[in-house]
Amino acid sequence: MRIECPCCGLRDHREFDYGGDALRQRPAHNDTDIDRWSDYVFMRRNPSGLHREFWQHIYGCRQWIVVSRDTVSHQILSVCLASGAHGAGQGLERA
Amino acid sequence: MVCSLQLGLEAGQRDGRTMTKYSGFKVFAQALRNNRGWGRAWRDPDPQPAYDVIIIGGGGHGLATAYYLAKEHGIKRVAVLEKGWLGGGNLGRNTTIVRSNYMENGNTQFYEHSLKLWENLSQDLNYNVMFSQRGYLGLLHSYGQLDAGRQRVHAMKLNGIEASFLTREQVQEKAPYLDMSMNARYPILGGVLQQRAGTARHDAVAWGFARAADRQGVDIIQQCEVLGFIWKGLKIVGVETTRGDIRAPKVTSAVAGNSGVLAEKAGFQLPIESHLLQAFVTEPIKPLVNCVIASFGMLYYISQSDKGGLVLGGSLDGYNSYAQRGNLPKVEHILSIGKALMPCLSRLRILRHWGGIMDMTMDGSPIICKTPVDGFYMSAGWCYGGFKATPGAGWCLAHTIAKDEPHPLSAGYTIDRFRRGATINESGTGPVPGHH
Ligand SMILES: Cc1cc2nc3c(=O)[nH]c(=O)nc-3n(C[C@H](O)[C@H](O)[C@H](O)COP(=O)(O)OP(=O)(O)OC[C@H]3O[C@@H](n4cnc5c(N)ncnc54)[C@H](O)[C@@H]3O)c2cc1C
Ligand SMILES: [Zn+2]
Repeated sequence: MRIECPCCGLRDHREFDYGGDALRQRPAHNDTDIDRWSDYVFMRRNPSGLHREFWQHIYGCRQWIVVSRDTVSHQILSVCLASGAHGAGQGLERA
Repeated sequence: MVCSLQLGLEAGQRDGRTMTKYSGFKVFAQALRNNRGWGRAWRDPDPQPAYDVIIIGGGGHGLATAYYLAKEHGIKRVAVLEKGWLGGGNLGRNTTIVRSNYMENGNTQFYEHSLKLWENLSQDLNYNVMFSQRGYLGLLHSYGQLDAGRQRVHAMKLNGIEASFLTREQVQEKAPYLDMSMNARYPILGGVLQQRAGTARHDAVAWGFARAADRQGVDIIQQCEVLGFIWKGLKIVGVETTRGDIRAPKVTSAVAGNSGVLAEKAGFQLPIESHLLQAFVTEPIKPLVNCVIASFGMLYYISQSDKGGLVLGGSLDGYNSYAQRGNLPKVEHILSIGKALMPCLSRLRILRHWGGIMDMTMDGSPIICKTPVDGFYMSAGWCYGGFKATPGAGWCLAHTIAKDEPHPLSAGYTIDRFRRGATINESGTGPVPGHH
């Protein structure tokens, strides 16, 4: 599997670290709702098919990126920089 | 007629029921008839419109749950629905290591119960699952790991499980082919041995449980994929399948890596990511590795099958996947660890390699419980360790379904343990499946 990094171009996936489900919503810092926090920390979308997921280009530019990938064929449909450094999932429309 | 009676074939077998009890005498008698009289090991029924319990998934856990539901709880109107063939999932793909050397409360006792069931499984099922207690040796590579190894031995002993700590010299004596030099890539300083651990034949586990469940009256239905659920209000009362609708007041999922797909259909999320795990077998050689050898630090394990092939595996490919085939970087990674620990491996050719889809939870421990949806139960999240759990998980899930309350041994394995902060995190690595 190779991933097209927006900064570095097409690279082997070995250069990247995996960050999982990119559609999780991080609750606001002062949010005290236990369910929202536990959902954020532990619960994951786990589809068979299209998955939006974080990867970090640790052996390259070290940017966090969001990869849309088919979990059955491993085909990568799109890659973009993870926008909004403070919020996982923010800036991405929910699937 | 006279002949078949003499050979001990019960009349029931000819109408498709499988009533033959296997024994040494039967093997001998069948040999005289060129083995033509064995008959089916289990029936191949069409699905009935309704059952008391529907089990989705004909892997080890589904079949074991059906068997114990019928045998221990007298619930015999049970269907096991399998989308492919029995043992085509992780049950037929794993490296067959069975052990109970866990450290966390909740895990230690559960896996020890499972190991005890393994010890009598062939007799209980009347089917030889080839459980071989050849021992499991975990290698320790640093001073920190030596301490952790001693801690593991103590934790096991406190739970009444026999374990021993091996010095470097004792490891060398047991496995002289390991690279014991202090300049080795992974120096070996000691080991932890559980002698009662070992391996079993995975296919035989599928066939043995299937045959024994069938004999109890359970319908095992292959080529039957569950596509969705039948609802009555907020309760699940059956399943839609490729072979029509089937109803039951209790439906359980035992689909390993596909748990997330079914949970989504039932309308909830799980603390699970589905990941790829690969395994390898070499060309067969004469007996060399006489126990299971694993590296706790490197996540690597090797044993030798009865056919002579060395069976080995390592860690996850590392990203969500439902493809039952792995990527090459992991092949290189695992084989290079193997060669570093055991230099003679480099002379062998890999005969086959394959992948399975594992349901990795956020704390590395499994889930056996009623789900948030009424009428729907689940065994999931088995990560690397579900084969050894097969009888134990079936035992506890059958209890949970029959009694509508958790079995004491699996009471901690709920979905809401995450929300309650009661995770059972053996490796202490936090909610990152790739790190368990
Ligand atoms: C490479 C590898 C090595 C492993 N090594 C070990 C080991 O050494 N020791 C150990 O203890 N564990 C090991 N495991 C883990 C172990 O194999 C699994 O945890 C365990 O087999 C899972 O339970 P199961 O047997 O019920 O799963 P499976 O055999 O996967 O059974 C689930 C079944 O559900 C079916 N199914 C899925 N969706 C549907 C549907 N919608 N409708 C109908 N049927 C469906 C599938 O076809 C499958 O047959 C390993 C796993 C892998 C992949
Ligand atoms: Zn980059």
